[in-house]
Amino acid sequence: MSTDRPTAKHAGPRRDPWSFLAGGTGTVALLLVVIFAVIATQNPSFFEGPPLMAFARMAAPLVLLAIGQYFVIVSGEFDLSVGSLVGAQVVIAARLIDGDEARTLPVMGLMIVFGLAVGLVNGLVTTVLKVPSIITTLGTMLILFGAVRYWTGGAPTGALSESFRLPGRGGIEGVPYLGQLPYALIIAAVAAVAAVWLMRSSYGRCLMATGDNDVAAAFSGVRVWRVRTTAFVLSGFMASVAAVLIGGFSGVTAQVGDGMEFTAITAVVLGGVLLGGGRGTVVAAVLGALALEALFTLFTQLYLPATIQPTVQGLIIIAAVAYASRRGDLRLPERLRRRPGPPTEHPLGTSRR
Amino acid sequence: MNHPSLSPSPLAPRSLYSRLGTTGLVYVALVVILAVSAALVSAQGASLFTPANTVDLLARSSLLGFLAIGMTLVILCRSLDLSVGYVAALSTVVAATVMAGEPERMLLGVGAALGVCALVGLANGIVVTKLRVNPFIATLGMGLIIKGYLDTNFQGPAGEIPAAFQLFGYTRFGLLPLSAVVMLVLAAAAVWMLARTRLGHHMYAVGGDAEVARLSGVRVAAPVVTAHVLCSVLAGVAGLLLAARFGTGNALVYDNGYELEAIAAVVLGGTYLLGGRGGVAGTIAGVFILATLDTVFNVLAVDPFVKDVLRGTIVIAAVALYARGQLSRAAVRVRFPSGGRPPPEESPGPPDGGGPSAPEPAVGGTR
Repeated sequence: MSTDRPTAKHAGPRRDPWSFLAGGTGTVALLLVVIFAVIATQNPSFFEGPPLMAFARMAAPLVLLAIGQYFVIVSGEFDLSVGSLVGAQVVIAARLIDGDEARTLPVMGLMIVFGLAVGLVNGLVTTVLKVPSIITTLGTMLILFGAVRYWTGGAPTGALSESFRLPGRGGIEGVPYLGQLPYALIIAAVAAVAAVWLMRSSYGRCLMATGDNDVAAAFSGVRVWRVRTTAFVLSGFMASVAAVLIGGFSGVTAQVGDGMEFTAITAVVLGGVLLGGGRGTVVAAVLGALALEALFTLFTQLYLPATIQPTVQGLIIIAAVAYASRRGDLRLPERLRRRPGPPTEHPLGTSRR
Repeated sequence: MNHPSLSPSPLAPRSLYSRLGTTGLVYVALVVILAVSAALVSAQGASLFTPANTVDLLARSSLLGFLAIGMTLVILCRSLDLSVGYVAALSTVVAATVMAGEPERMLLGVGAALGVCALVGLANGIVVTKLRVNPFIATLGMGLIIKGYLDTNFQGPAGEIPAAFQLFGYTRFGLLPLSAVVMLVLAAAAVWMLARTRLGHHMYAVGGDAEVARLSGVRVAAPVVTAHVLCSVLAGVAGLLLAARFGTGNALVYDNGYELEAIAAVVLGGTYLLGGRGGVAGTIAGVFILATLDTVFNVLAVDPFVKDVLRGTIVIAAVALYARGQLSRAAVRVRFPSGGRPPPEESPGPPDGGGPSAPEPAVGGTR
């Protein structure tokens, strides 16, 4: 990815007039608008401040997870451990805080460190030991799942303190029109802006190049293992922050975090980010998360039975990706069309070696 | 562990040797794990190879085996199937509701279950090949679709399996459960298919490099779709086994994480996740390794949560050890074991399915 054409977002040459629509960003933005429009017809008061803020609060954790997952996916890998990492973090927090306000900050710090450590282990095992990331993070998922339940004896114990729950539940009161501006929204927005900035920095360029073609990136002087490991660490960090929000918002249960890794991957893919790496923007991933969450809101408003939701979700992901790959195929640069193994065809997060 | 495959020079790949080394390594690992487990268990004053434990081990491996054989085929084609757990659940429900406890409807039930599964696999394959959806997403989406259907329509146990069909779950020949025999027969069929038939060679070719396969005259979509259909049908067989054991259809079996366990077994068995390398023989060893671990954990009465921790660690460690062996570039060339061999007489290129190989003997034969 060249750095001297900042306007063409990771697009091939001479695609500038279309680059906005051709990358998944336009598609997913359109999808989001359509879903919001349908919600508006069902529930006109949805856009009146408080309900919208409630939606933002609910969507914030998924946005964070999607950003973390984006880093990993765009580098050509996968992180299946975020769901159980979120679960583990919430359970650990409840057990360690045990309702004691004074322990809130130290435990939050510990959670962040723990998240970073899990990300570091995922990254190093994947890059240095060359284990495919789907296996690495699957193993981490099993380990975290088992270890936390063993530690707590099967059911989560303890309680979260009120100040711990503040980021997930509270907000800045008295904002005109909106009512309450949730902290969760602020955190997610800051994370999104930071992620956009990061992807425009030299690290982001290296990450994108690594996902596109790790051999070429290595020959260009990118330390592939370090770039990828950092992506996993970022994912672990985002999962920790998301765990604070989720713990605050919905409290402690044994099931918290279940299946979130797939939801996050779905959100990222819905944003048109290619599994296999090298393409897609953070903004698209964030929009994908919002679209997915909006879809869940819509299901609730349409009084669909909760059990049918997976079916609709499955149909929509397949349709969205089929649509995205159709466009992608038409617009694939010659270089990628000829190559036998373009990054688009990598089914799994695995470094090619 | 010492890897024999580390030594071959990159220029002269001794393909047969390194291929044996790949699968052989997994079997060596299996033997080592069995020995260590036996030692551990006997240190606790018990025995691993009591009839009960052996039956338990074989019964466990038959269920995972069905899923892993199908998964191997799909992964060899550079695809993936995350829907097998849901397909197996669907199969239990379809079989149990169609049979409805009547022995004369047994064949109908089996046919219906496997037919539905084949259709699911066909859909998976078509979505992956024709709509070009990433297999991860395509099969995850298919899994979600089935999950929604099952959750909406089957809240609890559904249907009933007649006693005659429950025999599939419980019959034993000595120590060998019927299900394990069926599994091993299917595994042997898969090994034969991959090694001897055109379809098998096409699977390796497409998984190794779809573009080169296409340029060589292989219809790229056909092997992938076939692999998906076979994988789903095998998941259906696993579902039949589950139904036979439970005596009823149970939609909730999809919660057991079968798809990830099957992928772990396949990778443990030495099949390359990016397709084109590996085989069913290794997968069976991977299945037995996982089943041995489970049995040992049971015998040693390990806390179920620690079991997950150990399983995760072992899978990562095993794959890491295995990945070290794969680092040798020579391993790249074992994709066509006969392709690298110079003598054209013996094997006139079965991997290419006949097309490009035809001129060779013609030239030699007419002069």
